[in-house]
Amino acid sequence: MRELPWPAKVYFVVLNAAAVALVVESAVTPGWFDQAELPTLVVLALLFLVCESVPTVLNVPQAAISVSFSAALAAVVLVGPEGAALVGLMAVVSVRPGLPVVKRLFNGAQFVICGYAAGVAFELAGGTPGLPRENDFPGVVVPYGAATAAFVLINFALTAVILLLAEGVGKDQVPLRGTVQILGSYLGYATFGLLIAGLWATVQSISAVLVLIPLFVARWAFGHYHAQQRSYDATIAALCQAVETKDYYTRGHCTRVSRASSMIAEEIGMGTERLRAIRYAGMLHDVGKLGVPTKVLQKDGKLTEEEFAAIQLHPMRGLEIVYGIDFLDEAFAGIMHHHERQDGKGYPMGLAGDEIPEFARIIAVADAFDSMTSDRAYRKAKSIEEAVAELRKGAGTQFDPVMVNTFIKALDRHGWEPPRAVSAPPGPAVAAAKDHDDPTMPIQVISER
Amino acid sequence: MTAARAMRGLDSGQLLLICAAGMLTVAGISHTAAGGPVDPQVAIGFGALIAVGELARLTMPGNREVAPISTAAAIGYALLLDVGGQPARQSALQVVAVMSVGMIAGALPHLAVGRPPRLDAIARRLLAGSLLAFAYRPLAGSLRSIAIDGNWWPALGVMAALVGLMLTADVVIAAMLRAEQVRTAFGVAVRDELRMAAPLGAAVAASGTLLALAAHSMNMTALLVFAAPLLVTQVAFRKYAGIRATYLQTVRALSRVTEVGGYVEPGHSRRVSMLSVAVGRELGMPEPQLLELEYAALMHDIGQLSLSDPIPGGATVLTDPAQAKRIAELGAEVIRKTGVLHGVAEIVRRQCDTVDHSPPMPSRVIKVANAYDDLVGGSPDRDRAAAALERLRFGVGTEYDPAVVEAMARVVDRLTGATRL
Repeated sequence: MRELPWPAKVYFVVLNAAAVALVVESAVTPGWFDQAELPTLVVLALLFLVCESVPTVLNVPQAAISVSFSAALAAVVLVGPEGAALVGLMAVVSVRPGLPVVKRLFNGAQFVICGYAAGVAFELAGGTPGLPRENDFPGVVVPYGAATAAFVLINFALTAVILLLAEGVGKDQVPLRGTVQILGSYLGYATFGLLIAGLWATVQSISAVLVLIPLFVARWAFGHYHAQQRSYDATIAALCQAVETKDYYTRGHCTRVSRASSMIAEEIGMGTERLRAIRYAGMLHDVGKLGVPTKVLQKDGKLTEEEFAAIQLHPMRGLEIVYGIDFLDEAFAGIMHHHERQDGKGYPMGLAGDEIPEFARIIAVADAFDSMTSDRAYRKAKSIEEAVAELRKGAGTQFDPVMVNTFIKALDRHGWEPPRAVSAPPGPAVAAAKDHDDPTMPIQVISER
Repeated sequence: MTAARAMRGLDSGQLLLICAAGMLTVAGISHTAAGGPVDPQVAIGFGALIAVGELARLTMPGNREVAPISTAAAIGYALLLDVGGQPARQSALQVVAVMSVGMIAGALPHLAVGRPPRLDAIARRLLAGSLLAFAYRPLAGSLRSIAIDGNWWPALGVMAALVGLMLTADVVIAAMLRAEQVRTAFGVAVRDELRMAAPLGAAVAASGTLLALAAHSMNMTALLVFAAPLLVTQVAFRKYAGIRATYLQTVRALSRVTEVGGYVEPGHSRRVSMLSVAVGRELGMPEPQLLELEYAALMHDIGQLSLSDPIPGGATVLTDPAQAKRIAELGAEVIRKTGVLHGVAEIVRRQCDTVDHSPPMPSRVIKVANAYDDLVGGSPDRDRAAAALERLRFGVGTEYDPAVVEAMARVVDRLTGATRL
């Protein structure tokens, strides 16, 4: 609270005052209390409390909406705006250890205001709060939709304002795709609310339990999904690093290329699915290097054509290894073509310009950048500025100028942490005298003709 | 041609199941067509939902095909008491007919793009739904008359009991099929199936019951509204199944880096993992343990990547024990870096321990499978296999676990027998 700027504090106080006013008004509204059944209100409040205490994080991390949204909307139908406001108040006492009081108050105020507003919208659109009867459906759908819209819009607005005031503009811009997903999940949750309300007449709170079982199972599955996803990412990183252990100096190369590639991809606005694909492609781009004999990789001086051919083969080898994995095809293209050049002098196919797949153009930039900013046995790491200058120099001949510019923009925005300086490897390990990724040290080939 | 090939892949239990489902389908459809369907609108609504669910079927880990939305819709239709105040009077056979028509309709688009449904899975879904319908439909009238007076509890209780029974029957059938298919003990298969089916089954059962209840007060709106909770569940499970599949594929793929790098014979990791899993099944390991065993077997040689040059030939059974021990330690170190696969790392670390160090069971399995593959390679030759087994038997009690070697002998016997035919 203390670190909030003053406009945010003012906003916070106003919000809370409004919420308190609404709650007081709801509690003292004459005649309202006899009409709504107290047990319904209590059960709904308990239900809301349970839901609020176990937030269901769906696939968008920004939208940690909980099932409580459904409970609040069900309250709108069953006990009207006043009841919905009172139910929303329960957010203050939700069982979530570690949640700061400020956030609790904010959540509570937000749910009270949204609940009340949704209730008013419900009545304005022609709905009558109370237990729905058989002939109410599907007539209740329109007012319910209005209530949902009011709830979501006000919720969005209230949250957006506090984010704006607290963190400054545009810092946390949610991409459009994310918004669509959030709206989608809101729609889903709204439907649960209607289900709970619609079934209240027959089996009361059992309806809520029945609605919640699939949701909790979904939550369980999402939890497992996220755990597996994390485990998968860790595993793929560890395996890629294992592949790199052979060369002391390139350790961590794959994870850094993966990071730089996803920075570029994010900057050009790739969707979640493709973003994930390029992360893996960046990670796996050099897996085929293992097929290149160590003595070729470490050879000092010029390579014979045969040896160079072995190096040129490594993207194909990599592709061969990862082909059985269910990635997007683009990821495979990225791995296979990450050494192509804009002028068509790259390998393995000699593609030029736009023929080179987008993923490959991105990985090429990331790959060269990390190679230049890391220590090598034959030179020290270049500074970021030097490396950027080299990228600029190569734009149009080796690299796609668009990707180079995008990467520089992303670097300005997020910064870059180059690997720590590598001290000479312990023991008598032989270090590579060249790096096939380094654009400043092109591989020399002895021409046999 | 394709049908013939599909048939050949099925064993007797599956054939029996498919025949039963086929007969039910014919009986249901002909009975309904003869008498004319009762409440055609309701039937069409539920049939459409079943078709949609079938269209959105997904494959869970272990190659198990499920269609949660379709199953829930089938449960809903079977349990229906009334629709918006009008009693539901469909017979059990009509339920069967609606289910089968919906399932066929939903399977057609998949068929058109060359992804036929697994016949045994779809037959199981139909059979389970039919079981529920035959048990519940005769009671529907009397349950409704109690419920309509305001007491919904008897109906709810009967629904819960019968759905529970249906899911149990489904698990038992699935376990029987699985036991026959992958040659595992029936008890182990039941536990595996139960572990896989329980969460999704709970969600499906709840949604199906919900649908039947919702139709009373919400009319056919229920069909639209109800799909939402299950849709979220379905999305969650699809993602979960997706990542599980990708995980396995990735470990399988990356286990090949040791071959590409020339550290081991081509196909070694894959063969060792397949043998290990077969032996593990033979020993009655449950699925989670089998998965760990498979990962460990695939990555058992990953420690060699830390050596600067490949051991000539790469066969770890012939390298000196100290070296093998070091490779195992290095491999475990790599896997431990994931921060998650601790069990796998431990298995890999102890893969060359002799029996008197009492290593965990999966490590013993990998030790035997690894030695066997080092001796035999990919060769299908029966004599070579027998010689290798003979050699393994020499090490029983000191190097190798006797139970594992015997299980291996049974697996090898099956494999070489099958290739000779």
